[in-house]
Amino acid sequence: MFNSCYTALVPLLPLFSFILLIAFGLRLPGKWAGYIGSVLTGIAAVAAYYTAWTYFSLPLDADGTRPAVEILSWEWLRFTPLLAIRLGIYVDALSAMMWVVITTVSLMVHIYSLGYMAGEKGFARYFAFLGLFSFSMLGLVVAPNIFQTYIFWELVGVSSYLLIGFYYTKPEAVSASKKAFIVTRFADLGFLIGILILSYFTGTFDFQTICGSAQDAAGVGGALFAPALQASFLGLSALSWAMLLIFMGCAGKSALFPLHIWLPDAMEGPTPVSALIHAATMVVAGVFLVARLFPVYALMTPGVLEVIAYVAAFTSLYAAVVACVQTDIKRVLAFSTISQIGFMMVALGVSGYGGHAGEGYTASLFHLFTHAFFKALLFLCAGAIIHTVHSNEMKAMGGLRRYMPVTHLCFLVGCLAIAGIPPFSGFFSKDGILAASFAFHPCMGILMTAIAGLTAFYMFRLYCRIFHGPYSGDTAAAQAEHAEAGHHTPHEAPAVMTAPLVFLAVLSLLTGFIPFGDFLSSDGLPHAFPLQTAVAVCSVLTALVGIGIALYAYGRGPRPAFQRMADQPNAFLRAAKNRFYIDRFYLFITHRIIFQGISTALAWFDRHVIDGVVFGSGKLTEKIARKIRIIQSGQLQTYALILLLGVLCLIGLVLYL
Amino acid sequence: MNFLSLFVLIPMLTVGLLFCLGKPSHIRLLCAGAGIALLALALTLLGLFIQARNGGATDAMLFRADLCWYAPWNIHYSVGVDGISVLMLLLSAIIVVTGVFASWHIDPMPKEYFLWYFLLSTGVFGFFISIDLFSMFMFYEIALIPMFLLIGIWGSGEKERAAMKLTLMLMGGSALLLLGLLGLYFFHGADSMNLLTLADRGMALDAQRRFFPFVFIGFGVLGALFPFHTWSPDGHASAPTAVSMLHAGVLMKLGGYGCFRVAITLMPEAATELSWIFLLLTGISVVYGAFSACVQTDLKYLNAYSSVSHCGLVLFALLMLNPTAMTGAVMQMLSHGLMTALFFALIGGIYGRTHTRDIRLMGGLMKVMPYLGVCYVIAGLASLGLPGLSGFVAEMTVFVGSFQEADLFHRVLTLVACTSIVITAVYILRVVGKLLYGPLQNPQHALLPDAAWYEKVATATLIAAILVVGLTPHWIADLIHESLAPVTAMLGR
Repeated sequence: MFNSCYTALVPLLPLFSFILLIAFGLRLPGKWAGYIGSVLTGIAAVAAYYTAWTYFSLPLDADGTRPAVEILSWEWLRFTPLLAIRLGIYVDALSAMMWVVITTVSLMVHIYSLGYMAGEKGFARYFAFLGLFSFSMLGLVVAPNIFQTYIFWELVGVSSYLLIGFYYTKPEAVSASKKAFIVTRFADLGFLIGILILSYFTGTFDFQTICGSAQDAAGVGGALFAPALQASFLGLSALSWAMLLIFMGCAGKSALFPLHIWLPDAMEGPTPVSALIHAATMVVAGVFLVARLFPVYALMTPGVLEVIAYVAAFTSLYAAVVACVQTDIKRVLAFSTISQIGFMMVALGVSGYGGHAGEGYTASLFHLFTHAFFKALLFLCAGAIIHTVHSNEMKAMGGLRRYMPVTHLCFLVGCLAIAGIPPFSGFFSKDGILAASFAFHPCMGILMTAIAGLTAFYMFRLYCRIFHGPYSGDTAAAQAEHAEAGHHTPHEAPAVMTAPLVFLAVLSLLTGFIPFGDFLSSDGLPHAFPLQTAVAVCSVLTALVGIGIALYAYGRGPRPAFQRMADQPNAFLRAAKNRFYIDRFYLFITHRIIFQGISTALAWFDRHVIDGVVFGSGKLTEKIARKIRIIQSGQLQTYALILLLGVLCLIGLVLYL
Repeated sequence: MNFLSLFVLIPMLTVGLLFCLGKPSHIRLLCAGAGIALLALALTLLGLFIQARNGGATDAMLFRADLCWYAPWNIHYSVGVDGISVLMLLLSAIIVVTGVFASWHIDPMPKEYFLWYFLLSTGVFGFFISIDLFSMFMFYEIALIPMFLLIGIWGSGEKERAAMKLTLMLMGGSALLLLGLLGLYFFHGADSMNLLTLADRGMALDAQRRFFPFVFIGFGVLGALFPFHTWSPDGHASAPTAVSMLHAGVLMKLGGYGCFRVAITLMPEAATELSWIFLLLTGISVVYGAFSACVQTDLKYLNAYSSVSHCGLVLFALLMLNPTAMTGAVMQMLSHGLMTALFFALIGGIYGRTHTRDIRLMGGLMKVMPYLGVCYVIAGLASLGLPGLSGFVAEMTVFVGSFQEADLFHRVLTLVACTSIVITAVYILRVVGKLLYGPLQNPQHALLPDAAWYEKVATATLIAAILVVGLTPHWIADLIHESLAPVTAMLGR
């Protein structure tokens, strides 16, 4: 019934692709490295679809839930009699859904990269790293225990590091990759400590045990979590600390405020990488993990869940505001990603557990699903544009719809989807999130609707600046410059690049109609969440207002009033453009305090104080030796004198006694 | 004759044969042969050991042999191995053989160099197979003295001063150690120096209390225990490549191994009672070494401070005195030994080409020497604890083990030690970014050659070992865990 061979192929094929390309990649002629990587990923994708299909056609359990299937369990490392890391594949609705997303986007990015990376130095290395990333990400989502999640969490981190720093001769790319790794590593420290606390008190790493017990709070759960709930530190229970710290890890990976600073810089990597890692898959790992542990959050530590909601809502607002004033198109998309992940996290944060209260949970994962496709689509379109314009800046673009009709249409589909216009997919998933927010608190609902409006505005600002208005390259000066740099007039991307765009655009159009609640819900029971008309009307109207403003302001090139705002920004706009100076604050902490303060001081202390004592003791010995040396002068008279004195002393001593 | 003694005989025989050879190519061939023979021997021992254990051998030490050396003082040449010493022997063999390849074209006086090198190895192997306090101490000293000459003659920079400092500090440590060992001997009734006999017998608590610090600090100096670690940066920086490898890779492990084998095993009550002082010191080592490494500009200094941090974690985990953490400690010894040897081999390779170790004067070397660059990145990733490489499994075992100690003191120290994973990432990525990535800083470096075959052999062997530890940690953990059982039983865990 459930074939584990196919299932095991899904993560192992990309791993095989990585090993193969690392070992022989340099010797492969032409684009063969890319073909091998793409074919293997393609097979993995088919296997993943097959797995998902067989999983969802399994008969339901007596209680109406879908049973999870665990295959290939291998005890990798035993710590204590209770705690051991088992590596395995755990298929349930959540991981099956994630597999579909990851393999689909990964395959599209592989195919697209055949065109985008053609002729690039390190072509084979690029595809090898893509394989490593796909393997790590696929392994992450099927982890049967939290420690396997942590292992693959680190592996996706390092693949992200390697891919951001792909152009390793560019200093910006190097520092961006370093920043991404260190910021997420810092968050992972919290994650690790959270795992340590959780496993110490519950005696297990296993998701099934942990989540199963949480659902049964009166029975087993009470026993399992009692020690963690009773132990407290600084007024919070140990369990709350653990879940909060695990969330810290999620916030790092998913770029939530204040750990978001690495994501905009990560755009230094090749654009298809941004689409795969920094839009569709890795950055939603945090959402995935909160969803994975959702029963614990919702039933055992609702306070922590509320904190998640507030952090995420603030992140979403912050990123949306910043996205409105960025001029680098990839940065706009990066901030939009941060904002959309905020939406997903808010949905989890405001969600209850079970039945209709669990709407937020389903909506969050639905949004994860649809967002993966339309955001990957937007990034890949941006890649096609950058590829032909040779710049990331909006001012180098404009009017491109004439030159790139397919890209234009696909990008428009992406924009409509993210703005939440029916019948595009984003509308359906966002509607669930807004409904759940309104159910949580009206203020939260209003806030999120407003952010959805902002989203529509900045996306259409981006759309207009790229595709409408006059083309900047039409001016004579620009043409001369282009000719000098060996560039050409913009043109449509080759078919190998546009085909994935069209495919993703179709997905962005269709995925909204999936009855997601039937597959994924907080308690595992299928549940239909009908569209909420009032919420939907509100959100669509807000989005249309946002689009309207954007079209008015930028439809035919920026209007003078808006151009003036960009040229002479007031304090608020300037702050927003500089991302509210958060990065500078971090720079201050790391450089001034950690490097120049702590590290330099410690290094000095080591060299001068501790080593000084060592050196001083040597000097002291030498000094004493010099003093004592006088006695050993070699003069017979002195020796005789000392001998005489000694004898006299001895005689005196004998007489005295 | 017991076959464990081959570990001592092969290097001694090599020393003897080296006297008779003159041509550098012959010397190299002999040394490589001896190194490979040692590695083969260590692998055979591992196989035999696992076979014996699976066959039901339950003694604490296997393959024992005993030879009375000097009866009046009960000095024996007594050997035997448990899982931990088998792993340490394997580690030493790997590093000795890769060290030979890393110093393939040593100049001047290759004969004398390898002579001292193999004498040093004799001491190292002898130390790990001994279960007699006196022969252990003797081999320990044999391992220390050649270091003075190896650094003083073949080193670089302020080599005489560094050699002197290193030797004097370590000698100071061995003076303390000798006092401790004599104390152990006399307070046990002065009738045996055998570790197993002494461990079975137990010792009065006040005597334990008196001598534990001597033994622990004595070995701890070699294990880079704060504040007795300052020999390490200068010594490593001045030593020739293979000596740095052997020193950081194996000799520093002698410290950790001795702390475990002698101090903790023979004086378990004192270890429990006094562990807090040394936990504080080692906890400081971990973080202090990592922070200091962040601002170093010399590649070898950076690695030396990183070693202070990583070796601090070894002693830290040992002092947690529970089976999981102690397993982690031994894994960390193994892991640190391999990756630091890899680092020093690569630094030696880079220094040999650019003639500088200052990271401010280098940059963009990945394009020039891709093989060495990639290996350096792998070593860095192992050091910062990437899953799949050895550092991760060791550190995680240490952290999970340490976290099992539930009181606030241990908890706080464990959390402090955990922060090292972030700081390690900072200094590793900093140096990788400056050294390998970015545009080529010095145009004169553009034409430098990449790794030669002997360097490739050395680094590939080490990387393979790192991968084996990182990918299949379960058998290593089992081997260690099982060997810890008698000690943890004594500790009451």
